[in-house]
Amino acid sequence: MNKTLIIAQREFTSRVRKKTFLLTTILLPLLFAGFYFAIIWFSVKGGDAVKVLVSDRSNVFNGNLKSDADVSFHFLNQATEQQLADSINAGSFNAYMYVPEHFNNATDSIRIRTAKSLGLLTKEKVEKRINGQFQERKMLTLVSQAQLDSVRKDANLDINPLKSEKKQDKSGAAYIVGMASGFLIYIILFIYGTMVMRGVMEEKVNRIAEVIVSSVKPFQLMMGKILGIGAVGLVQFLIWIVLSVVIRGILPSLMGMDEQTSNAMAGAATQVPTTGLLAQIESLNIPLIIGCFIFYFLGGYLLYSSLFAAVGSAVNEDPQDAQSLMLPITMPIIFAIVIAMKAVNDPTSNLAVFGSLFPLTSPVVMMARIAHGIPDGVTTMQLILSMVFLVIGFLGTTWLAGKIYRTGILLYGKKPTWKEMWKWAFRKN
Amino acid sequence: MNILEVRNLRKYYATQKAVDDISFNLAPGSIFGLLGPNGAGKTTLIRMITGIFYPDEGEILFNGRPFNPQTDILQTGYMPEERGLYKKMKIGEQAVYLAQLKGMSKSEAMEKVKEWFIRFDMQSWWNKKVEDLSKGMSQKLQFVTTVLHEPKLIILDEPFSGLDPVNANLIKDEIYRLAKNGASIIFSTHRMEQVEEICDHIILVNKGRKILDGTVKQVKQQFKEHQFRISFDENPKSTQSDVFEVIEENQHELVVKIREGRKPNDVLQFFLDQQTGINAFQEILPSLNEIFIRLVEGTPLARQFESINA
Repeated sequence: MNKTLIIAQREFTSRVRKKTFLLTTILLPLLFAGFYFAIIWFSVKGGDAVKVLVSDRSNVFNGNLKSDADVSFHFLNQATEQQLADSINAGSFNAYMYVPEHFNNATDSIRIRTAKSLGLLTKEKVEKRINGQFQERKMLTLVSQAQLDSVRKDANLDINPLKSEKKQDKSGAAYIVGMASGFLIYIILFIYGTMVMRGVMEEKVNRIAEVIVSSVKPFQLMMGKILGIGAVGLVQFLIWIVLSVVIRGILPSLMGMDEQTSNAMAGAATQVPTTGLLAQIESLNIPLIIGCFIFYFLGGYLLYSSLFAAVGSAVNEDPQDAQSLMLPITMPIIFAIVIAMKAVNDPTSNLAVFGSLFPLTSPVVMMARIAHGIPDGVTTMQLILSMVFLVIGFLGTTWLAGKIYRTGILLYGKKPTWKEMWKWAFRKN
Repeated sequence: MNILEVRNLRKYYATQKAVDDISFNLAPGSIFGLLGPNGAGKTTLIRMITGIFYPDEGEILFNGRPFNPQTDILQTGYMPEERGLYKKMKIGEQAVYLAQLKGMSKSEAMEKVKEWFIRFDMQSWWNKKVEDLSKGMSQKLQFVTTVLHEPKLIILDEPFSGLDPVNANLIKDEIYRLAKNGASIIFSTHRMEQVEEICDHIILVNKGRKILDGTVKQVKQQFKEHQFRISFDENPKSTQSDVFEVIEENQHELVVKIREGRKPNDVLQFFLDQQTGINAFQEILPSLNEIFIRLVEGTPLARQFESINA
C-alpha cells in the first residue's frame, strides 16, 4: 500500500477512535439541537397558564379582557374581595383582580393578588392586557371608535430596490445561505488547519519525525497527515448532515408534538416569515451550492493545511512561537471573511470578484457569491477560473510547504523567522 | 561486496562543515563503531546514510549500487539518539505501523511484532500506550521497531543510554545475533568501553573529518606507547637503564616505557641480568577512551561557528 495512505489511515483512525471525536461529532450537534428545541419549546409553551378571576365593581373593563392560552380572565363582577381570595385558596384560580367601586385612577389602585409570584413574562403580559384595555376604554370616552381606529392605522409603506425585481425574490435566503456557508468554510479552515499544525508539532516535539522520515519522504508524511485529517473533517460533516436530517425528522415525534406545534416551533425559531423564506430557499440552486461547498472546502483545506503544516514544522516546543508564525496565514482567512460579508450583499462588486478569484480568499468569498446563483451572483467563467486558480494555489502552497517542512521538521533550536523559512523553500535539493 | 561504501561525503551548513570528506566501508555482518565527540557531524553523516539529507558532494554505495533513498531505506533500520514514538498510540499498533512504513504488509508486520514481543518478553504491553512505559521499556520498544523489518543495515545511535545492565545485555546479545545473521550494524556512541567490547571496526570523527579508521586492535597498536607492566618477587636492585624509563613505581611492580630502538626482550634481559624474579610482563595498550581523549583534546570542546564559502 502507498505509504502516504498508510500514514493518512493512521491519522484518520487515531483521531476517529478518540473519545473527543465522538464527543464533538455526535454530542455537540445533539447538544445544539437540544438547546434549539428547548428554547423553542419553552417560548411556545411558556409557563403554566395563569387564570385570573376578576371582580370589576366599577365596570372599568366592561367584561372585556382578552384571554389566551397563557393568561385567561374570568369575570365575577359582584364578588367581594374575600370571595375572590377564597377561590384562589381553593386552587381553582392563580390570581384575582379587584377593582373597587367608584374607581378613580388618580387615587385608587386595582389590586392584583397572586397565589405564587408571577414570572416576569407572565406579569408583563397581564400588565399589558390590563393597561391596553384600560387606555382604550379611556380614549373611547374622548373619541369615537372610528377615529381611534384611523389614528392607530400605520402608513402604507412599500420598500423595494429599484432594479431586478426577480433577484429580490431570493436575496434574503441567498444572504443567509451565502453567509452561513462562507462562515462555515472560514471556521473549518481554522479548526482543521490548526489540527494539522498541532499534529506536526506533536511529531516534531516527540522526535518521532526523525524515525518516520528515515522510512518515508517528509512530503509523504506531510501529505498523509493532511489527507488523514481532511478525511476526518469530511466524515464529521457527513455525520452532521445525517444527524441533522434524522433529528429534524425524529425529535418532534419523540417529544410527542403534533404537526402543528412543530410548525409553530419552526416559525418561532426563525422569527422570519417562514413560508416566504422556504420558498426563497427552494429558489436557490442547492445542488450547485453543495457541490461548490465541498469543492471549496477541500480546496481551501488543502491550500491552508499545508501552510499550517509548514508552520508546525518550523516551531519547537514553545506554542507561542506558533502563534506569531501563524499570523501571516490567518490574516488572509480573516480578510476573506471580511470580503465575504461585502460580497454577500453585492456579489458582483470588484472586491467580491477579486476575492473570489484569489485562491487565498476564494473558498470563503466564492461561497458568499455562489449562493446568489449563476449568473446573478457569479458568471460561469469566473467560477471556473476561481476553481482553476484554487487548484493551482493549493498545488503551489503544498509544494512550498513541503520544502519548508522537510527542513523544519528535523531542525531543533531557535525559532526560525519567515525569512529563513522562505530560504528553505527555495533552496535547491 | 561491502553493504555500504561511503566516498568523500561532504555536507556543509551555512556556518559549519558538518561532514567534510568522510569515506569508509562497511562489510556485511560487521559491527562498525562511529565515534566522535558531540557535534562532530555523526548525526549529519547518519542522516545522509538514511536518506534524510542529501550530501553536497560525494557518493554513497548501497550493496554496490548508488544509494537510492526510495528503496534502500526499506533495508535500513535507524534508531536515532533522540527517541521518538507516538505517546498516545497503543504499542502493538505502533510497532505494526512503523513496520508497514518500512514496506511490510500488515499481516507480515503483525506476525513479526508478535515474534519480537515474545523474544523480549513484552507480550503484555500490546494494548498499553507509550506514555505508560518507563524510559528503559520504551527504549526496548524503539529497538524492536528499528530491527523489526530485518534490515540489512542497522544504525543505532547510543542504543544503551537509559538501559539497566540486564536490558543492555539483552540488546547487546540481539546486536550480536543480528550481525551473525548477516546484518551490518553502525553503532554511534561516545561510550568507549562499549565500543571496545562490541565493535569490529571503528572510525573516529571530529569536526566533520575522519581522524581515525581501523579495527579496534589496529587502532590500539597504532596508539601504543610501548609501555609494559612488570611485576617482581621483590623490588629490583636497580631501575636505571638506557633501555627504558620508569613511568610508575609500586611495591614489587614497575611501569616502564621502552626507549626508541629497544625491544621488550631488552627489558627482560636487563632484569634477568640482575637476577630479579619476574612474575608477569605485559604490554599496556591504551584504551579507546584514552585514544579518544588524546585525539580530541586540544581541539575546542564546542565547535565554533565559522563562515563557509561553498
